[in-house]
Amino acid sequence: MRAHTKASASCGSCTGLVESLLAHTLGGDYSSTPRSKSLCACTDFTHDQVRKGILAYELKTMAAVRQFFEWKTEDGCPSCRNALNYYLLCAWPGTYVDDPQSRFINERAHGNIQKDGSYSVVPRLFGGLCTPAQLRAIADVAEKYEVPEMKVTGGQRIDLFGVKKAQLPAMWRDLTEAGFVSGHAYAKALRTVKTCVGSTWCRFGTRDSTGLGVKLEQLTWGSWMPHKFKMAVSGCPRNCAEATIKDFGVVCVDSGYELHIGGNGGIKVRVTDLLCKVATEAEVLEYSAAFCQLYREQAHYLERTAPWVERVGLETIRQALSDATERQALYQRFQVSQQARIDPWKRHADGAEGHEFTPVTVAGRVTAESSLNH
Amino acid sequence: MSKWIEVVELKNIPVLGARLVKTRDQDIAVFRGSSNQVYAIRDACPHRGGPLSQGMMHGSTVTCPLHGWKIDLVSGEALGPDEGCVQVFPIKVEDGKVLLQLVAEETAA
Repeated sequence: MRAHTKASASCGSCTGLVESLLAHTLGGDYSSTPRSKSLCACTDFTHDQVRKGILAYELKTMAAVRQFFEWKTEDGCPSCRNALNYYLLCAWPGTYVDDPQSRFINERAHGNIQKDGSYSVVPRLFGGLCTPAQLRAIADVAEKYEVPEMKVTGGQRIDLFGVKKAQLPAMWRDLTEAGFVSGHAYAKALRTVKTCVGSTWCRFGTRDSTGLGVKLEQLTWGSWMPHKFKMAVSGCPRNCAEATIKDFGVVCVDSGYELHIGGNGGIKVRVTDLLCKVATEAEVLEYSAAFCQLYREQAHYLERTAPWVERVGLETIRQALSDATERQALYQRFQVSQQARIDPWKRHADGAEGHEFTPVTVAGRVTAESSLNH
Repeated sequence: MSKWIEVVELKNIPVLGARLVKTRDQDIAVFRGSSNQVYAIRDACPHRGGPLSQGMMHGSTVTCPLHGWKIDLVSGEALGPDEGCVQVFPIKVEDGKVLLQLVAEETAA
């Protein structure tokens, strides 16, 4: 039904409706989604089975995984290649060599592909803060490369639209030299940490939510995740940073910090669950990194925290994170994975994977110029 | 008159990847498979013109980066229930070089 009508094929919000329609039409013949769904059509094994196998049998390459689990296709498909690349990256940080060909174009070109094939560029603004010099640097880049449109994003940064792919490395070099790193606005990774102005300026602010947001972003940026991951810090329960619809949200109160998880503002709005309350900034940082790591290790590829929390249950997550030993172990593993962090923009500005951005120009034509030669 | 024109060295196309080849009149996507097989198709999805050179290659298929149409690299036909076709071009590899059959640009007399 999906293939022929495109229903339930794009945003997925009508999937339930499509399922009921199938059940109604086919009656007993319709078997709903099986309990353990295979990773993709290339294998009968599930996400969880494959992830466990990668660790238990020390499978270190995609080819090894496909061979071990007897994949039905030689190259895999766009679904499993992306998933396996992430699972291996998560399991073997620092040693697994990332495969650019097993990433969607946005993560290969480190920008969002737009409908006309151009890309958008979003420099990271930690905690949404920026200086006049930073704004000037972005404006200079926008003018130099004749960027057709600039927009302030919902994640408190600036998006430069309509950039030609071949321009990207040069633009990144200029932005890198001005001190920017990639905002990963295109990636299954840590996106933004949205903040309100907090106690520095706000009459209601209880704590330095902006400063805490900057620290959270410095801790977690560049971390690959099963899906995009957004954070926010609000300085008081008025919650101007909308922390309760984020993957990890912090609401500062007089007595400490409320930590919220599993929120989503997308297709299906989901308000976060309260994970716990902590007293210090150091604890916020430890819990956030531990939560990220738990999500990185347990969620299926392309599963946001909201459905993941609902699938495994809030209590499971709460137990894992309330145990100090387990929490610190998760925190440590997150730190290890972050040691392998790179700034992809700098890497490409320095020439990595130049073929990705450089077209080949040939002195030939597809059609003869006969009409012009008459 | 059409003739074989060298466009790129095979080793400069990533395995399971593509290079965008700009000719004087059209963009062509040149793919390299896992067994070094090569394909050349017009760099425009029959659906909404998406740049197929930016898609993911698997087997002898490319998935368009814009809306996920799957295009057969041998025939240029859209797969599954989707209908549409994109032009394919004669391509071969000789001595590690990838050649396309194109109309050579006439040198100014």
